[in-house]
Amino acid sequence: MRLLARAFPHPYLTVLLTLVWLLLVNRFSVNSLLFGFFLGLVIPRITSVYWPNRPTLSRPALIVQYVLIVLWDIVVANVVVAWLILFRRTRDLQPRWIAVPLELRKPEAITVLAGTITLTPGTLSADMSAEGHYLLVHCLHAPDPDAVRDEIKKRYERRLLEIFE
Amino acid sequence: MQDVMEYLIALFLIVSGVFGLVGSFGLLKLGDPMSRLHAPTKATTLGVGGVLIASMIHAIALEGKASFHELLITLFLFLTAPITANFIAKVHIHRNETPQSMPPAGEDRLWATHDVDKETA
Repeated sequence: MRLLARAFPHPYLTVLLTLVWLLLVNRFSVNSLLFGFFLGLVIPRITSVYWPNRPTLSRPALIVQYVLIVLWDIVVANVVVAWLILFRRTRDLQPRWIAVPLELRKPEAITVLAGTITLTPGTLSADMSAEGHYLLVHCLHAPDPDAVRDEIKKRYERRLLEIFE
Repeated sequence: MQDVMEYLIALFLIVSGVFGLVGSFGLLKLGDPMSRLHAPTKATTLGVGGVLIASMIHAIALEGKASFHELLITLFLFLTAPITANFIAKVHIHRNETPQSMPPAGEDRLWATHDVDKETA
C-alpha cells in the first residue's frame, strides 16, 4: 500500500490527466492511453511539493449528482438572465450585494462553490471576507436577498459539505 | 435521418446565436458595472455550449467519427469563466467601492479586497 501511495501521490489527478490527454488526442489508441498514463504519473510527482495538503473527498460518488444539478441550473440560469435582459426595464431591476456565511472551510470546496455561484441564476461571487468566513455574492435581481442566500446554502453548500468534509 | 440531424444542428446553432446576442445586448443595456458582468458570464455559457453540441452532433452524424475536443472546451470554459468574472468584480470593488458601501462582513469586518495595508494599496 505504501508503495502504491508513493507511485500515485494524487490518484484523482492521475486519472484526470490521463483522461484529458485522451480527449486532446481525440482518438482512442493504446499508445495515447499509455502516454497519458505516463503524464499522469510524472506530473503529480514533480508538482507534489506545491500541494502539501491535497483535498480528501469523503463521498466522491456525489460529485456526479452535483455536476448534473449544476449543469441543469446553468441552462435555467441562461434563460432566466436572458429573460431579465430582454423584458425588464433596467430601472426595475434590483441588483444587490449578499453576504453568504460559509460552513465550508477547505479552500478547494469554497472555490467550487464560488465557481458554481457565478455560473448559476443571476448570482456572481465577487469576494471573500478577510478571514474567509463569508462569501460576497452579487445578485442581478434580488427582491428577497435572504431567499437567495438560503437557496445557495441549501442547494450547493450542503452538497459540497457532504462531498468534501 | 441525415435531414433530422441537420435540422438538429441548425437548431442548436440558432439557440447559441440567440443567447450570444442577448449576452452582448445585456452588456450594453444594463445599468451598473456589476450587473453588466452578469450578462456575459451566463448567457454566453449556453451560447458557446450550443455551438459545441452542434459541433459534436455534426462530427458523429455527418462525419461518422466521435469528437471529444468539445468536452474539453466546455471543461476549460467552466474553469475560466468564473475566474475572469471574479477578477473584474475585484477590480470594481477595489476602485469603486469603499468598506462603507459594502454589506457588513460579520465578524471578519472587511472583505478581502479592502483588507490591505494603506501603503501597498
